[in-house]
Amino acid sequence: MSTTTSIRGRQASPAERSATRADRSARRRRTSTITTYVVLITLALVYIYPFLITIATSFKGDAEAVAQPLSLVPQTWSMAAYDRLLLRSDFPLWFRNSVIVTLSVTFGRVLIDSMAGYALARLHFRGRSTVFAGLVAVMAVPGVVLLIPKFLVIKQLGMYDSFAGMIIPLLADAAGIFIMKNFFESIPHSVEEAARIDGAGPFRIYWSIVLPMARPALVTLVILSFQGSWNELSHFIVASQSRDLMTLTKGVAQLASGALSAGSQYPIKLAAAAVMTIPVAVLFFVFQKRLMNVTSGAVKE
Amino acid sequence: MALTSRRSAQGTAAAAPSPSRRRTSRGSGSRGRETVAGWAFISPMLLLLGLFLVIPVAMAAWVSVSDWTGRGSPLASSVSFVGAKNYTTLVSGGGLATQDFGTALRNNAWYVVLVVPLQTALSLFLAVMVNRKILRGRGAFRTAFYFPSVTSSVAITVLFLFLFAASGAVNEVIGALSGSGPNWFADPRGVLHLLLDALGVHQSPAALAGHGFVGISWWDWLAGPSVAMSVFITMAIFTTSGTFMLLFVAALQAISGEVEEAALMDGTSGWQRFRYVTLPMLRPTVFTVVTLGLIGSWQVFDQIYTGTKGGPDKTTLTPAYLSYKSSFESQQWGYGAAIAFVLFAIIVVMTILQRSVLRESDQVPRRKRFVRSVPASTTDQEQR
Repeated sequence: MSTTTSIRGRQASPAERSATRADRSARRRRTSTITTYVVLITLALVYIYPFLITIATSFKGDAEAVAQPLSLVPQTWSMAAYDRLLLRSDFPLWFRNSVIVTLSVTFGRVLIDSMAGYALARLHFRGRSTVFAGLVAVMAVPGVVLLIPKFLVIKQLGMYDSFAGMIIPLLADAAGIFIMKNFFESIPHSVEEAARIDGAGPFRIYWSIVLPMARPALVTLVILSFQGSWNELSHFIVASQSRDLMTLTKGVAQLASGALSAGSQYPIKLAAAAVMTIPVAVLFFVFQKRLMNVTSGAVKE
Repeated sequence: MALTSRRSAQGTAAAAPSPSRRRTSRGSGSRGRETVAGWAFISPMLLLLGLFLVIPVAMAAWVSVSDWTGRGSPLASSVSFVGAKNYTTLVSGGGLATQDFGTALRNNAWYVVLVVPLQTALSLFLAVMVNRKILRGRGAFRTAFYFPSVTSSVAITVLFLFLFAASGAVNEVIGALSGSGPNWFADPRGVLHLLLDALGVHQSPAALAGHGFVGISWWDWLAGPSVAMSVFITMAIFTTSGTFMLLFVAALQAISGEVEEAALMDGTSGWQRFRYVTLPMLRPTVFTVVTLGLIGSWQVFDQIYTGTKGGPDKTTLTPAYLSYKSSFESQQWGYGAAIAFVLFAIIVVMTILQRSVLRESDQVPRRKRFVRSVPASTTDQEQR
């Protein structure tokens, strides 16, 4: 960066003749482009190399993992970590539980958020602005602060240590409602008007006209909900304790502190980390463009 | 965000006046039907948010001023009101609870002080680099930088436990550069103390050792993050910079090329253009990123739970983890809830401070703000 700056700085001087100037500025631009590439590629390596190490190490033996933590190609390929993880541990159960919770939460959120978002954007009813103000206030409460309180309520409701207790509280999602509300506000009124003249009621309009139009926003919501609930840890810690209800995040966190393995058996831990990353990674690469736009869209709104 | 959406709602209503007028002129039957439908549509949301956000907060508020020990219901008649006792014990009791709380606050404060500026600067840098128009493969770079943000904090922590192990990848790299790395996750020494030690200050000045704040001495406050905590700081920057980079990229793309071109015509250098044109226009985004960063970095929990459980020597203890630990492990629910509320207060105060600055900068019209930040001489030329 600093080299680019100083070179460009000289460009400002008006004394130079135009021919040499054009020549120089072209050379300068080339240097700066190369610098940019070098910096970016180095940084990209720093960001991606750890993930490559994860995958490589998961195929190494214990001794090699410690002896050669940097190499990307195992000297002796070993499936021991995966063998232990997938065939002789609770890992598949954790995976199943995570799938159940994630799918339920995603489905529930899509339904609840889109209904609430539609009502807040389009239906006129008394108390709407009060509800909206409340929603904004509620959004400000940080999640970690709610850990203990949520546990208290879940226990009180008799949902502790059950799928219900793990799923239902996660359905409360103010941010998703915002996304849907913003989207519904962008749909022209005329669409609903036509249906209303034909005598369709609010639910009919929502279900068969507005919701199908909302596909882009729904995809966004699905991605965010899936990623959020798949990666959730703290809620599962306070909502359940039995082994049968262990999710991936909770299970792997215990693995990290040495649950399955005596000593530091890195291959098995990293294999677990790699496998638990796969679903989110797939989702990420499939919907990459949209995911990038989601985050950027949030600012403009 | 709330303000903007409300404004846009009004905007659409104004742009299409006829349907809204028709709606109001219609009979009360349709109006009534819409009210019923409206409440029916938001009832699941109200129920969920009420049950799992509003009631929990109220209940935790009660627990934080009670002596509940985790047995039975906190609302049972055997649980009694103890006033602000839990809070005063935490903040000025002088016992172990105070010491732990002070340590947790110290650790997290250093975490925030380092993570927020560094992640903001790095994400801005990445965004500017990635946004260069001549660059090929911009998408690939963006993907690379964003990928750590989508993976779970548990997986990343497991990875970092390996990378920063005593004989891990990082120490191997340091070794190759003919240095020797510390045993990262087992090293409780404060980074600032290490620095002072290297400068020849081996012991605390009496003034700092004798006095303190929330149970620990000023000298301990000035320890800086421990070596172990520094790894978590690095990890936070690594995982969040991608998300914030995307926010900056969006903002950069919203800046019109004309503005930059005009500055280019004035013969400014790349750095000047960035410093006096681009950066002032990015100010709203910078504030958003800092606010989000502040809120996020006071809530360190997953990493600590997965990685160090507060060790070594309590130097990675954070208020969020301490709150969990005192409640679920030590059964001191009153303390746990009180810590959560203090944490809440810290976050709210930080956000309000941030917001007030943000509002200030929002009140200045976009154009004027741009002009104000440019040095006087340039401004005059541009105005004429």
